[in-house]
Amino acid sequence: MFVRALTRKAAAVTAVSALGITALSACSFVTEEGEASGTSEHVVLLTHGDFYLPEDLTETFEADTGYVLDVRPSDGVGDLANLVADEAGKPSGDVVFGVDSTFASRVLEAGAVAPFAGELPDGVADYALAGDDDGALVGVDSGNVCVNVDTAWFDAEGMTPPTTFADLTEPAYRGLFAIPGASTSSPGMAFLLGTIAEFGDDWSNYWADLMANDALVVNGWSDAYNVEFTAGEGGGDRPIVVSYDSSPAFTVADGATGTAALLDTCVRQVEYAGVLEGADNPEGAADLVEFLVSQEVQAALPESMYVFPTRAGVELPTDWATFAQRPSDPLMVDPAEIEANREDWLLEWTDVVSR
Amino acid sequence: MRPPHGPVRVRARGTLTLIGLSALPLAVLTVFFLLPLGGMLARGLWPDGELAPRAVLDVLSRPRVGRVVWFTAWSSAVATAIAVAVGLPVAYVLYRLRFRGRAVLRAAVLVPFVMPTVVVGVAFRQLLRDGGPLGALGLDHTPVAVIAGLVFFNVAVVVRTVGAAWEGLDSRPAEAAAALGATPWQVFRTVTLPTLRPAVVAAASVVFLFCATAFGVVLILGGVRYASVETEIYLLTTVIRDLPGAAALSLVQLAAVTVLLVVAGRTRRVADPTVTRHVADPRRPGRADAPQLVVMTVFAAFLSAPIGALVVQSLRVDGAWSLGHYRALGTTGSEGALVVPATQALANSLQTAIDATWIALLLGLLVSIVVTRRSRSRTERHVRSVLDAVFMLPLGVSAVTIGFGFLVTLGREPLDLRTWPLLVPIAQALVALPLVVRTLVPVLQGIDDRQRQAAASLGAGPLRSLLVVDLPVMWRPTLAAAGFCFAISLGEFGATSFLTRADHPTLPVVIVRLLGRPGEGNYGMALAASVVLAATTALVVLLVERLRVRSVGRW
Amino acid sequence: MLELDAVSVHYDGVPALSDADVRIEDGEVVAVLGPSGCGKSTLLRAVAGLEPLSAGRITWDGADLAGVPTHRRGFALMFQDGQLFAHLSVAANVGYALRLRRVPDRARRVADLLDLVGLAGYADRLPGTLSGGERQRVALARSMAAAPRALLLDEPLSALDAALRERLASDLRRILTESGTTTLLVTHDQEEAFALADRLVVLRGGRVVQQGSAREVWARPVDAETALFLGYARVLDGEPARRVLAALPQRQASPGTAGQVALRRSALVADATTVDAPGAAGLVGAVVSARATPDAVRLVVDVEGVGVLDAVSAAGVPAPGDRVRLRLDAARVALL
Repeated sequence: MFVRALTRKAAAVTAVSALGITALSACSFVTEEGEASGTSEHVVLLTHGDFYLPEDLTETFEADTGYVLDVRPSDGVGDLANLVADEAGKPSGDVVFGVDSTFASRVLEAGAVAPFAGELPDGVADYALAGDDDGALVGVDSGNVCVNVDTAWFDAEGMTPPTTFADLTEPAYRGLFAIPGASTSSPGMAFLLGTIAEFGDDWSNYWADLMANDALVVNGWSDAYNVEFTAGEGGGDRPIVVSYDSSPAFTVADGATGTAALLDTCVRQVEYAGVLEGADNPEGAADLVEFLVSQEVQAALPESMYVFPTRAGVELPTDWATFAQRPSDPLMVDPAEIEANREDWLLEWTDVVSR
Repeated sequence: MRPPHGPVRVRARGTLTLIGLSALPLAVLTVFFLLPLGGMLARGLWPDGELAPRAVLDVLSRPRVGRVVWFTAWSSAVATAIAVAVGLPVAYVLYRLRFRGRAVLRAAVLVPFVMPTVVVGVAFRQLLRDGGPLGALGLDHTPVAVIAGLVFFNVAVVVRTVGAAWEGLDSRPAEAAAALGATPWQVFRTVTLPTLRPAVVAAASVVFLFCATAFGVVLILGGVRYASVETEIYLLTTVIRDLPGAAALSLVQLAAVTVLLVVAGRTRRVADPTVTRHVADPRRPGRADAPQLVVMTVFAAFLSAPIGALVVQSLRVDGAWSLGHYRALGTTGSEGALVVPATQALANSLQTAIDATWIALLLGLLVSIVVTRRSRSRTERHVRSVLDAVFMLPLGVSAVTIGFGFLVTLGREPLDLRTWPLLVPIAQALVALPLVVRTLVPVLQGIDDRQRQAAASLGAGPLRSLLVVDLPVMWRPTLAAAGFCFAISLGEFGATSFLTRADHPTLPVVIVRLLGRPGEGNYGMALAASVVLAATTALVVLLVERLRVRSVGRW
Repeated sequence: MLELDAVSVHYDGVPALSDADVRIEDGEVVAVLGPSGCGKSTLLRAVAGLEPLSAGRITWDGADLAGVPTHRRGFALMFQDGQLFAHLSVAANVGYALRLRRVPDRARRVADLLDLVGLAGYADRLPGTLSGGERQRVALARSMAAAPRALLLDEPLSALDAALRERLASDLRRILTESGTTTLLVTHDQEEAFALADRLVVLRGGRVVQQGSAREVWARPVDAETALFLGYARVLDGEPARRVLAALPQRQASPGTAGQVALRRSALVADATTVDAPGAAGLVGAVVSARATPDAVRLVVDVEGVGVLDAVSAAGVPAPGDRVRLRLDAARVALL
């Protein structure tokens, strides 16, 4: 008699719990959204937060191909590379765009990108990644991370601006340098690689000297350029900053630029696109990659993402052609070496800058 | 007819009910907390399928790790000390004195606690950065900024916990001491403080816990240079991909948190002299209260300065007053900074918060009932106290660890929940769960079990007695806990940043994105979004405060 | 000498104490007596400096105490339930004031004080382990240790049970008079007041309605309400009052201004044997009921021309219906 009562009780309790679980999964106030990926009408682009193309261009793409372009940005380049590498073979998108030379090896090694079979325009192949024998990654844009100086400020102070890495540790430039963190930003990482290319194993001593010279390490490029840099939006108080070779084109006033990139400190960054291995829509993916190196997109890159096109013969905006000087022989670190050492370098770097 | 083996049946039934009621919370906790935590730790400790404790030890011997742990410890200790030092006089003013506007001030003090960390980070930077109102002090990029941010958040915990105890403190021992010749300071030191000690210790240990696991504030205000264990786990996990390192730090954190929770639990168990409440009539402020009133005023200024700076800056466009940044919230920002407009993100946030709230309430109610029911056997009591502790764990485990754990364990077969709409709400609900439990448990414990027995003796079944005895006492605290949950969910960033889908971001995620994007107006838009988020959470907290539930935010 | 001069205290505009004039000579023990809510605690707190005055002044030896904070007044306050510091040992409680003043040789002083209150050997106990009476003794010792100019006692014995109260009352009285401590105590219990105080102040509705020596107040309550509060069982008016008055011995029968008579429960002594004695003085009545208690046989008697009154039997237990003669015990009658 009481055994049955007991079982009934247990059953009731279990039922209530089960109900609760069902409730958890069923009665959500969240509106269910249609699954965007997986349907053939969509092309899903995994990219980073700085990706931006004018709307008329993306509309052209959608009109020409009949696909709907679905952009899924990760926060940073590192996040993007990690995501793509983690999802290798079972991606949540069709195309990746934005992994740069410092992270490309990770994506390749994970086998996340399929060989690209489409046609490449002239010039693009020059940016192929060393070690990418299958031709999986397509170089879409390039830029150089260089130390920038506020020449107007130095003129006003009657000082000579620095020109080399070594100059930056001179007492004359004490407290004048703002650096975006290597662990928190892509240009910061590039700058770190530049110092490694320049100084070899001695790089951490160089950084120790930089820090001893009161260089300021901030989170992102925006913090460094827009907040700390004297010529940035925020009107900070440091006239030396890590930015891009194109940056002087953005400080043009009265037909002259007030800043200059130090061409001996430049590190080349190339951003790659590729079709993801196991993509739901490989045809659409290939179309999108070809679109990214098309004449129209390549011409729009400087204005929309502050980078140089890789395609040969693309005309640059006037200010760029005039003021954005490009280094003839930028510093480079072998991608394989980056992939092998990134962790150790970053650990050592965070150690040096937080001492 | 009575069954022959009454007691046996009762005991078996008690245990069964216990299992039944705790089944759901335990299942959720296992899948969404223990599994991700385990997954994360496993990845670090068994990197190649083999246990590699050497790697963990190596990590702990890194000089940077030492500095990070040390910075976490001392900055949290200093912030805790300041929060207690400031919180005590403020608690006195708000709970022992009577003056116009006290109710509003009490609610206002509570607001920072649920303010989105991101917003607080932005607000402080706004205040301290070069060219900001306090830029001349040169505090930007210093530990002072981090500690100020931590204090800003946590004074509320001290004020609420100590205030609730202080309010119920019999004033006569203090009066007797004064009549024996003790100055007000001596009275405080020798009589009041010893009596408040359990509350102060409980508040301090929780504050220390919150400080030591703070993420957003340290990330934004500390920069690259000043990292805490929590931000270092983030760095090692997401940037450097040093999973053994991250796992090692997570373990350190977990151990520290467990020790702290045990200590806090001990002090809670010490007979609380404030149990026999005796709400003394608050006095009008007198001359002797001047020092406390000064602290209160300075503190109010400290609370409003960053918020004020934030609001003012959000209303400035190109050097003129304008609502431009607020109008921009309907857009995706300049240079395509966002995928969806900020207003859509706000709608997402609200939806997510509603989901997180009902989940946390459901789980919290079940856990509270399980934990507070009278135990009929030693085992049962033991099980209950273990459950109590287990559900407190999310309080101190790195949100980053959990977020990343979600990714590695729930983001792939067999449990691919990446696109499940309840993923983010559940993660947030787990973050808010300890608070719900801590709000409801004291109330349930306060109900004399004899009332339930009386109801039962009058023929009421368990459900009926729940309705008659528990419900009338519970509905206000439950509503208050719901409000708190809602506010916490609105501001949650640590775990959400990992889990949110790019096309379905919450407002804090959008704020951080806007902050990091160049492009004109994005910074202003981030400020405007911060103000909107802060105003929404403040509104919720003010509503909660109207319910006058004492145990909210009390530890 | 402590003096309250037209002292008023208001809470949110509602008067709790109005126009109180009280004087306490050095070494005197004065009890403020009144029902709960009459403002006596307010009076005590005002003297202690815990309540601000709305009007009037409180002086010590002529010096106004306004603006002197509690801890500088030198008045030790002892609460109803002692209010010992629960986290301190008995010795630490007693030595509290000594420690504040860094008095040397504290241990011996504490021991002496514990001896005085009969608690030698309790030094290391915690307040939680003490009985109510022990706690009050510790509280007293703690207050005495402060060597106060005056001692303020808030219902010092009320929390104790009857037997304990009696014992502690005599101890307290002895300690207070031996040490010559000026004492102001407030209580709602007239027995406590009579047992401890030299002089009484009767407070009602926030006003002082009567003050004088304990004996005076006892014998001559100022009005019917005071009489009832002081433990008189009945107050008679009009014709019944006149009849009772007439039954009193002549030398005592100077009627009060109100022409009322207050009787304690044992004011009438009934004697069945003298009921028919010719020319005997007093009243006559019929027994309504009789009940034996350990002290006396208590009667309810219907007195001719007066009404139903309480009485005690002089001898034996009369049966209901018996006629009795009632003699008045003048010490238990008050004329108002």
